[in-house]
Amino acid sequence: MLTYIIRRLINAVITLLVVTAVTFAVFFMVPKLTGSDPALLYIGKTSDPAAIQGIRVKMGLNDPIPVQYGKFLKGLVVGRDYDNGPDVTHCPAPCLGYSFKTEQAVTPLLLNDLPVTFSLALGAAILWLIMGVLTGVISALRRGTILDRAVMTGALAGVSLPVYFTGLLSSAVFVYWLGWLPEGNYVPINQNPGEWFVQLLLPWITLAFLFAATYARLTRANMLETLGEDYVRTARAKGLPERVVIGKHALRSGLTPIVTIFGLDLGALLGGAILTENVFNLRGLGWQALSAIKGNDLPVILGVTLIAAFFIVFANLVVDLVYGLIDPRVRLG
Amino acid sequence: MSIGTTNARPFLDIKDLTVRFETDDGIVQAVTESSFSLEKGKTLGIVGESGSGKSVTSLAVLGLHRTRSNAKVSGEIWLDDDELVTATDEQVRKLRGGKMAMIFQDPLSAMHPYFTVGAQIVEAYRVHHPGVNKKVARERAIDMLDRVGIPQPSRRFSDYAHQFSGGMRQRAMIAMALINDPALLIADEPTTALDVTVQAQILDLIRDLQEEFGSGVIMITHDLGVVAELADDVLVMYGGKVIEKGPALDVFQNPQHPYTWGLLGSMPRLDRDVRERLTPVKGTPPSLINLPSGCAFHPRCPFAGRNGERSYTEVPLLRGGTHSVACHLPPEERTKIFQQEILPIL
Repeated sequence: MLTYIIRRLINAVITLLVVTAVTFAVFFMVPKLTGSDPALLYIGKTSDPAAIQGIRVKMGLNDPIPVQYGKFLKGLVVGRDYDNGPDVTHCPAPCLGYSFKTEQAVTPLLLNDLPVTFSLALGAAILWLIMGVLTGVISALRRGTILDRAVMTGALAGVSLPVYFTGLLSSAVFVYWLGWLPEGNYVPINQNPGEWFVQLLLPWITLAFLFAATYARLTRANMLETLGEDYVRTARAKGLPERVVIGKHALRSGLTPIVTIFGLDLGALLGGAILTENVFNLRGLGWQALSAIKGNDLPVILGVTLIAAFFIVFANLVVDLVYGLIDPRVRLG
Repeated sequence: MSIGTTNARPFLDIKDLTVRFETDDGIVQAVTESSFSLEKGKTLGIVGESGSGKSVTSLAVLGLHRTRSNAKVSGEIWLDDDELVTATDEQVRKLRGGKMAMIFQDPLSAMHPYFTVGAQIVEAYRVHHPGVNKKVARERAIDMLDRVGIPQPSRRFSDYAHQFSGGMRQRAMIAMALINDPALLIADEPTTALDVTVQAQILDLIRDLQEEFGSGVIMITHDLGVVAELADDVLVMYGGKVIEKGPALDVFQNPQHPYTWGLLGSMPRLDRDVRERLTPVKGTPPSLINLPSGCAFHPRCPFAGRNGERSYTEVPLLRGGTHSVACHLPPEERTKIFQQEILPIL
């Protein structure tokens, strides 16, 4: 088990390294190749050459590419100093550079957005896991009935309808038409938990609907497959009551694949739910990402990308470790 | 001998068992009006090709068809004084794993991959002994593992199925099936997935345990060698029907049905020249959705219609007699064909 964990950890670190290299290349080398100068993006096109040169030196844009990447990595791990002779700017680890637009440090900017994204993702995850798995299992056990067909039709709708449709529709109905929920404005949980909950309810449901649909279909398919397994027949042949056969033997293996997909989905969402956040005006990472893309703010885009990548890799790692715990064949293999 | 006795009801008595499945493609006539019986301590071998209805018969006895809503079962299955076709799900469940148990073909897929072998055996014991605490059940399971010949049973108790070898897994399956001293043990091709050397060990084990427990055993197989070794009586099934049944020795020495001849002819034998070719039964097993009319074997039967008999009319079903056969050929004709044409090539 220990070697398994270590192997997974090394894998995760290597993956992250590759991700930083690729994102670095995309965000700092590509502009150069296409002729746009990052220094100009910082300071504005009309500035005098001396100032541009100053920025180049300060940001290290004149260094060879590998050196720049090395400094970038160093900044991520221990922080870095942007040194321009008398004018030293310290950027503490993990340093993601400065926004082109606001000249704010990217790291605190994004850290500020994290609670919003976390609130949205975790709440929605709990909701869709319960909804999806429950309906999936019921659907599998009642295969071919009207209930099954109704659930699967709903799930198909959930998979096919984009968030900007369901989100706007549910806003229109519950906020503006029925008036059950207040017009959205995110309130931090430590300020007012009740308000936080009410404000996030609609985004949660909208986001969860999308995922719950996928999970219902997946759970149903897994359960149906498992119910046809020989070991489920064995469990019945032993004379176990049907609730034990389903609840213990079938669920145990039917839900195992859900763990993987859940971890990965949650990991991906922690990097920002771009559509949902923008539809509901939640200023999280996804919202930040979209406005950075619109404003061509490369350091922020890079920062969001790296954070998203980090969460996905981390989620992968957790899933692998959890899998080792729940599947004895992985543990010993 | 149990077959055909009319006075006291045999321990397991199956009458006119019919199993059909309604599918989108049509009705699958898996078993048609099959009747047979078994006494305690005896072994009945059921042989036939894939799709001949032998496995479905056993699943129907255990009531495992009940979770499939498209299964229709009629006839009578008497286990002592219980009639299982009309019994409630709960009544059958209580007998299942207790009074009647089953060993499956592929022990790896028949064991749950996420639970230890020991836990699965304990579960089988405790479901029929609700008052027994875990420690006692565990000791009982370890004792059972020991009896089926698993070395270091208390250590192997906590292993998973994938950590066992094929033979050990089948031993563990047998331990699980026998832990409640079942009066009826159904073994569905228990040796098919195993090495030849291990096959012999498992068969020996089943025989020894049968002597010890006095269970009635139904051995489902397509391996005639297994039947010859273990069975007291033999049932040959084809297209969901019993086409020949009788005492094993009798059926082997004096087989009556052309299909049985075909089975015997396709069996490799050590006392024959290895270069000699086996004689297969020509053609393929019939589709159970669209069975041939009359004798289901007639499209493949080399002797059908030879004497102008009407192979496409229904063959009378087998009910009584010690050694009986469902065939249109007149008995004297069959004896003649067997003596002159079949015996020389067997």
